[in-house]
Amino acid sequence: MPSNRLFTLLVPVVSVVMGLIAGAIIMHISGFNPIDGYSALWTGAFGDAYTIGETIRRSAPYILTGLSIAFAFRTGLFNIGAEGQVLVGWLAAVWVGLTIDAPMYIHLPLAILAAAVAGGLWAFVPGILKAKLGVHEVIVTIMMNYIALFTTNEIIRKVLTSGQTTTDTIAGSASLASEWMQSITFYSRVHYGILIALFAAAIMWFIIQRTTIGYELKSVGFNQHASRYAGMNVSKNIILSMVIAGMFAGLAGAMEGLGTYGNMSVTAGFSNLGFDGIAVALLGANTAIGVVFAAFLFGALKEGAGEMPTGAGIPTELVDIIIALIIFFVASSYIIRWVIVRFKKEGK
Amino acid sequence: MIEILQSVIPTALFYSAPLILTALGGVFSERSGVVNIGLEGLMVMGAFLGIVFNLTFSDVLGAWTPWISILVAMVVSAIFSIIHAVASVSFHASQVVSGVAINMLALGIGVYLTKQWYGKGQTDMVDQPFYTTNIPLLSDIPVLGSIFFQGIYITSYLAIILAFVAWFVLYKTPFGLRLRAVGEHPMAADTNGINVSRMRYIAVILSGALGGLGGSVFALTIASNFSHSTIVGQGFMALAAVIFGKWHPLGAMGAALFFGFAQSLSVIGSSIPLLQDVPQVFLLIAPYVLTILALAGFIGRADAPRANGEPYIKGSR
Repeated sequence: MPSNRLFTLLVPVVSVVMGLIAGAIIMHISGFNPIDGYSALWTGAFGDAYTIGETIRRSAPYILTGLSIAFAFRTGLFNIGAEGQVLVGWLAAVWVGLTIDAPMYIHLPLAILAAAVAGGLWAFVPGILKAKLGVHEVIVTIMMNYIALFTTNEIIRKVLTSGQTTTDTIAGSASLASEWMQSITFYSRVHYGILIALFAAAIMWFIIQRTTIGYELKSVGFNQHASRYAGMNVSKNIILSMVIAGMFAGLAGAMEGLGTYGNMSVTAGFSNLGFDGIAVALLGANTAIGVVFAAFLFGALKEGAGEMPTGAGIPTELVDIIIALIIFFVASSYIIRWVIVRFKKEGK
Repeated sequence: MIEILQSVIPTALFYSAPLILTALGGVFSERSGVVNIGLEGLMVMGAFLGIVFNLTFSDVLGAWTPWISILVAMVVSAIFSIIHAVASVSFHASQVVSGVAINMLALGIGVYLTKQWYGKGQTDMVDQPFYTTNIPLLSDIPVLGSIFFQGIYITSYLAIILAFVAWFVLYKTPFGLRLRAVGEHPMAADTNGINVSRMRYIAVILSGALGGLGGSVFALTIASNFSHSTIVGQGFMALAAVIFGKWHPLGAMGAALFFGFAQSLSVIGSSIPLLQDVPQVFLLIAPYVLTILALAGFIGRADAPRANGEPYIKGSR
């Protein structure tokens, strides 16, 4: 058996490579040149300063939703509700950005805080239902996603505007936009959010690895009964884990609301930030550092996909297929493990 | 009053049919112990196939096109769902993760091929969708006939009949008993000589077939074309119906009918005096709120099959 450390590194790398190979095969079958396709993808993600800026912008919320899912997962919880938490965080951030009049050093932190609190509250519901009544968090969070979708749409239409589908742009004092960062990237939409995302990753690492809270959360994730026997409050830890996870996802909403768009629109479907966050967390092996790398990979894939139709005539959805396949490969790591063990045996 | 019923009930049946079919798929899968978050993706697959087949063959097949379209969608979605079965049964992958991947994959493939084949993000409208009909004899019954059997889609009744078939299969046949046993206590079932993996494969493939059927019925009655936004959340609503219906085929049907009713009210509620003042948003979120309440035990306890979501690994305790 290869050592676990090597293995946790090997599974994601093998999965990504297999995903990209599968993508190449699909391109080949549908009559495209895979080399053209991937070089268009590369140009779209890293071709010039502008696209690099956009790639960074796209990665910031992925880092946060990835952290959200990874954090909950450490306590044995599956936060499939990041999608809804993003929406309520986005709404809260824009709401504060629109209605409050304050200098930047108060307004911006307040808007960001509002997003985190809203996300946390939204995740509190599945947390307390899981802790007190044993209701499975997967179903509750999925239902909460739809409740968030319809409720935020309604609030945008009825409360923040009078019947419009898009809110006004937030006050400049609540904006994450960075003229300095934009000027070095040919005026891409890159914003200070990436710093918040990286800081959040550092916080997750610190909580999980360096505090008693993190120790308890992990312990509950490994074995609830043992943790209870050791005197830990399992319910409290489950709720806390969900709330912190929700706060990360809420911050991802703030990235979009205060950084990229500066407003919020009525939508028919989800932003998919939360669902892609599952892929990010899975690929990042639920560690803070892994999530950051995985988020940049998916950010680059998604951003680069935009260049594929013009550069090589390939529909952008190819990247969605590749990402879905990567998830399958990571999730089926049992089989990768099995194959590697098999080869080791034969080698001896 | 009768006029209101005449407008509400056919619309409710119309919106329920895809939900009932997909929810039945969910019941089969989850009863065998495989969580199926991928219902949404299976519906996407069904909708895509139903529309593409209909567009391609409507000249040749004429009036039979929609029926053959849903059959094809059913078969191909069943094959597509094998991916979920392989990952979650044979490879012991997390069933939730695999389901999420199914959703992404189905939408990716659907839109990718739409762009590849039609050169744009959405297909044309189909020429041969399902049309409403009056059911012979039954529609002549006074009062009831005009509410339940006039201007109705036959697919709605197909869905309701299939729900009873599913109930019969699950509760009155040896096959159904085995399927439920595998979902409650796979080790005991294995000891009794039931092939756990095979039962779970069959259940997942059935859910693929029914999900594909549900998706294609949705596409050919409600949407009439395919794009990335054809199926948004209907699969998850079907999943909600499975749970709200307590994993029972008839319960799931009842829940799906109720959700369809809520949807129809949100569509035509503005023409009903009593509901005019109820904001639409409450009707939209009702299915999801009710599901959470049902799970929390406020509306009778909903308990999942015991082994739901756990891969069965021979020899482990």
